[in-house]
Amino acid sequence: MTAPLKKALKIVSFTGLVLSVVPAFLVFGGIITKQLYLEIMFLGMVLWFSTAIFWIKKDHLDL
Amino acid sequence: MSSLKKSSLIERLDALYEYDREPVTEDKLHGWSTFIAMFSSEHIAGTEFVLGTLLVLHGVTAFDVFAGLAVGNMLAVLSWALMCAPVAVRERLTVYWQIRKIAGPYLTILYSGLFALILCLLAGAMVNVSTTAVSLTMDISSPNFIAGDTVPSIAWITIAIGVGTVVAVLAVLGFERLAHFAKVAAPWMPLVFLAAAVSSLPSLGITGMSNFWQIANEKIWTGVAREGQMQYSFWHCVGLAWLCNIAQHMGMGDVTIFRYAKKWQMGFCSAFGMFLGHYMAWICSGILCAAFIHAQTAAGDANPNPTPGNIAMLGAGYAGIVCVVLAGWTTANPTLYRAGLAFQVATPNWPRWAVTMIAGAVMIITACIPAVLHYLDRIVAYYGLFFMPLGAFIFIDFWLFPKLGLVRNYAERKGLMMSWPAAIGWFGSFGICFVLYAKDQYEAWAWVNDKLPAFLAHYKADLFSQVLPAWIIAVTLYTLCSVIQQKKSPLITEKEN
Repeated sequence: MTAPLKKALKIVSFTGLVLSVVPAFLVFGGIITKQLYLEIMFLGMVLWFSTAIFWIKKDHLDL
Repeated sequence: MSSLKKSSLIERLDALYEYDREPVTEDKLHGWSTFIAMFSSEHIAGTEFVLGTLLVLHGVTAFDVFAGLAVGNMLAVLSWALMCAPVAVRERLTVYWQIRKIAGPYLTILYSGLFALILCLLAGAMVNVSTTAVSLTMDISSPNFIAGDTVPSIAWITIAIGVGTVVAVLAVLGFERLAHFAKVAAPWMPLVFLAAAVSSLPSLGITGMSNFWQIANEKIWTGVAREGQMQYSFWHCVGLAWLCNIAQHMGMGDVTIFRYAKKWQMGFCSAFGMFLGHYMAWICSGILCAAFIHAQTAAGDANPNPTPGNIAMLGAGYAGIVCVVLAGWTTANPTLYRAGLAFQVATPNWPRWAVTMIAGAVMIITACIPAVLHYLDRIVAYYGLFFMPLGAFIFIDFWLFPKLGLVRNYAERKGLMMSWPAAIGWFGSFGICFVLYAKDQYEAWAWVNDKLPAFLAHYKADLFSQVLPAWIIAVTLYTLCSVIQQKKSPLITEKEN
């Protein structure tokens, strides 16, 4: 995997993580609705799993 | 014939673990990040959705949860860092070989077999957790044990069989790939717990830090146990947090992991697992449980059923459902894999897939017993207390025996098949702690109070307060018996000859 591609994947992955947690605080603050929060959570999950699998390395401990 | 059979069983067990018989070499050691990642991922399991919920149902207060879990998790971290990791980095051997050296092959086989059984039980609990989520998406109710559902519906059992079969098949086919997927899921799962809890706070009337503590005590951790549940306190929270991984830290199970650590201080990496998984996640699942009960009660449901699937759906929607499925699935898989590995010893010439599928069948049966989740905290406590003594012996054998002038690894050096001091210490410790607990809990054991001296008859033990007594009894019995054993039959070294 090329370095720029890996960087792009990481950006998308971390965007997914941000989308998985920040909206909850916006619901708590009364800024967005719970329904919108649930939809953003789902989007965050899709972004994380569809990209992180390509750049997170495997473990090498023989347990 | 019988002795031939026994020796071949021991040989098979040894062969299974042969590859890690030698201490880990310098070039294979790992740094901080490996252990931080490993602990962070391994301790966010599906069962966190259950244990946090149980604390709410058992009527602890907010102080009990926040302070009790902090103290209990701190003790767990210290046990990893000061007891488990220092021995691991000096010996660099798996727990299997360390037990083998001090307890002999017979007790090691017993340990492996019983450990495999309990692993099946725990994997079953995790499949149960995942099934509550999958069944919710199909509009099938999960059993409500408190309301009297001791057996799930046929439809629910069918889903559990489906989920369990997928787990078992994947454990046979692609453990490594799955371990990788579990690692990918690890950073995302704690965020889902956190998000689900934070987004549920407004439904309980919490609008900021100013009213958090007051409402937390009124609506979440109310200090009053729900009907049919035992009343828990601060010390239960401390005990549960400390006990639930005791087989790994004081029981030394994780010497197998820390033998790869560059320094013993890496034992402190366990804090990432404990404070994410057994602090933050338990608190979050407690909030979710209260929010669910509050919402259902307001909707007119007299018997709300706060299953992992239900509370995650409320807090995080379909992302929550996926989180529950993955949290159960990714931890059930390695658990089942390890159980299959241990069972393989007793089934000569059986193919690996067959053994794992049999372990999977035990797992699925367990998953279909609603009582397992209801009593999960007690099961975890029994499991910890039962397996902890052998780890205590490793610790004492390493640190205390040389100071007392006793021979280390006596069973191995003397060529014993079983160390009787280890057997007495193991079963004696568990037996005494169990009887002290059972005498006030089970009718059948009440007679014990009449036979005990007054101070013990008045001692009201709970499983969660037995960590220290169990450890002290175990090491005392083991050390005293070892003194007698080594005095009666001293080890004669070549030098002395």
